[in-house]
Amino acid sequence: MKISQKSQILEGSNAIAEVIKNIRPAVVSAYPITPQTHIVEDLAKMKADGQADFEYIRAESEFAAASIVAGASATGVRVYTATSSQGLLLMAEVIFNIAGMRLPVVLTCANRGVSAPITIWNDHQDAMTVRDAGWIMFFAENHQEAVEQHILAYKLAESLKLPVMVNIDGFVLTHSYESVIIPTAKEIKRFLPDYKPTKDEYLDIKNPISLGTFAAPPYYMEIREQLYRDLMNAENKINEEYQKLAKAIPGVIKPKEKMTKINDGLIEYYGPSNPKTVLIAMGSMVGTIKDVIDEANSNWLAKKMGLPTVALAKVGVLKIKCFRPFPADAILKIIKNARYVGVLEKAVSLGATEGPLAIEIKTAAHNQTKAKIQSFIVGLGGRDVTKDMIKKIIIEVKKKDDKIKFIGKV
Amino acid sequence: MSNHKTMKQIRIHGRGGQGVVTAAELIAIAAFYEGHTSQAFPSFGVERTGAPIEAFARIDDKPIRTREHIYRPDFLIIQDATLLLAVDVAKGCNPKTIAIINTAKPKAEIKINLPMENIHAIDATKIALEEIGKNIVNTVILGAFAKTSGLISLKSLEKAIKQKFSEKGEEIISKNIKAITRAYNLTK
Repeated sequence: MKISQKSQILEGSNAIAEVIKNIRPAVVSAYPITPQTHIVEDLAKMKADGQADFEYIRAESEFAAASIVAGASATGVRVYTATSSQGLLLMAEVIFNIAGMRLPVVLTCANRGVSAPITIWNDHQDAMTVRDAGWIMFFAENHQEAVEQHILAYKLAESLKLPVMVNIDGFVLTHSYESVIIPTAKEIKRFLPDYKPTKDEYLDIKNPISLGTFAAPPYYMEIREQLYRDLMNAENKINEEYQKLAKAIPGVIKPKEKMTKINDGLIEYYGPSNPKTVLIAMGSMVGTIKDVIDEANSNWLAKKMGLPTVALAKVGVLKIKCFRPFPADAILKIIKNARYVGVLEKAVSLGATEGPLAIEIKTAAHNQTKAKIQSFIVGLGGRDVTKDMIKKIIIEVKKKDDKIKFIGKV
Repeated sequence: MSNHKTMKQIRIHGRGGQGVVTAAELIAIAAFYEGHTSQAFPSFGVERTGAPIEAFARIDDKPIRTREHIYRPDFLIIQDATLLLAVDVAKGCNPKTIAIINTAKPKAEIKINLPMENIHAIDATKIALEEIGKNIVNTVILGAFAKTSGLISLKSLEKAIKQKFSEKGEEIISKNIKAITRAYNLTK
């Protein structure tokens, strides 16, 4: 088996466009919005240069773009779209329809905050706002993980008949350069065969059917329950396909780091085996947290930096790669015997007592752990999540107060 | 190839439209071709021409995971000396931080809170106008950075320019390479 392991240095958006090209969708439709724009510009250019043979359909809005890929997907072909922020919100009605019709659409959300006030910068408010729509939702830490999750997304979407959203932090990942391995179309095909829609389940003029039709009270509830259960049951399949991907295309998944104890399709745990404190986060800020964890657990370095060594020791970070379905059991195993759990997130549930991720963690932990779980809001609207903020949270989480905290300054 | 054990952090200051982000990307691309791990990313304030902008690059020999902005730079690149009056460019610098500044003024007249021996002045505007025909100094100043820092070679920088400017055509590439070579040779 020959593997092209050549790493390249690319902009994050370009890396995603390259892997989408090699996944070979039949239809791409999008409306440009910062910070997603470079991805779809690159795809449009690949099409114009004859490097790709998909149909690129220019849309007049995100609502149209989502509708176009929904319609194309319903005819039984592989599709792709990407958006951010207000664009995702404008798509919202179609986002629910796509899941309800069980269409295997894959969408990249270059995460950005939501207006008002207007922000073009990164947070997770856009994705969190459509968390109940029925999509599998991945969050990537770095370029390589984004590449890996897009390939995985198509395999899961097409085998489970569930749409998948891959979330990548706007600017932090879309506009940054780092090295990445992009598997070739041939390598991807070993893991992801050509898409064949199920007979009698797609739009075909020779075999007419209807999709997304009216469901009266005797039927609607069962259909919704089935979607709920199918999405919940996707957990095993996600891990199974993750392992298969690692075997089929070596190099596409980053080698496991020394301090990483668990790494699968749903979560990664990085830190000591019996952590006293666990920080939980999603996306690119996990990279920064890992650096802090190394400092915190290394006493000599902590001393050198004038940090309270005892206060910082035995800290780990739990990265949630998959937010939907929510991997409650896997998370519980990590935090069960911890004393302090700090949930760091870039979104707010306005009017709720915790951030959206912290709500999930508290629900999973209810009556299962004695750990104190606290919600920390960071990085809204592009605020830099610094190492000093993370260190502050490690100290804050040990205090008695368990109310939600916004950490924007140190 | 330089052999450095700790991560090197480079912060670039310029104004919107001066290719600040491109400069950081070129450093990361060149460092990648040197066999290092590298990272580059922008920090846009307001996206408009003339506004102060920062971009960051990191070079290391192990995977770079942190995404925080660069608050404690090892190298400062100042593309526009008027920023010295407008922005605290030396913020977070240490006594070893090296600054490369585009200016026609002699070193003694540069107002920056750094030891004199750490300051490298280069008239990148003059070189850009003569070699490229435009006041775009982002590549020129990297020629000086390559020499001063020893982190990237002229050859890797050329390769980075060829990758990044592949769609701009041969003429622009060769002019930029000539300009960085001149800046490299002028720098002690």
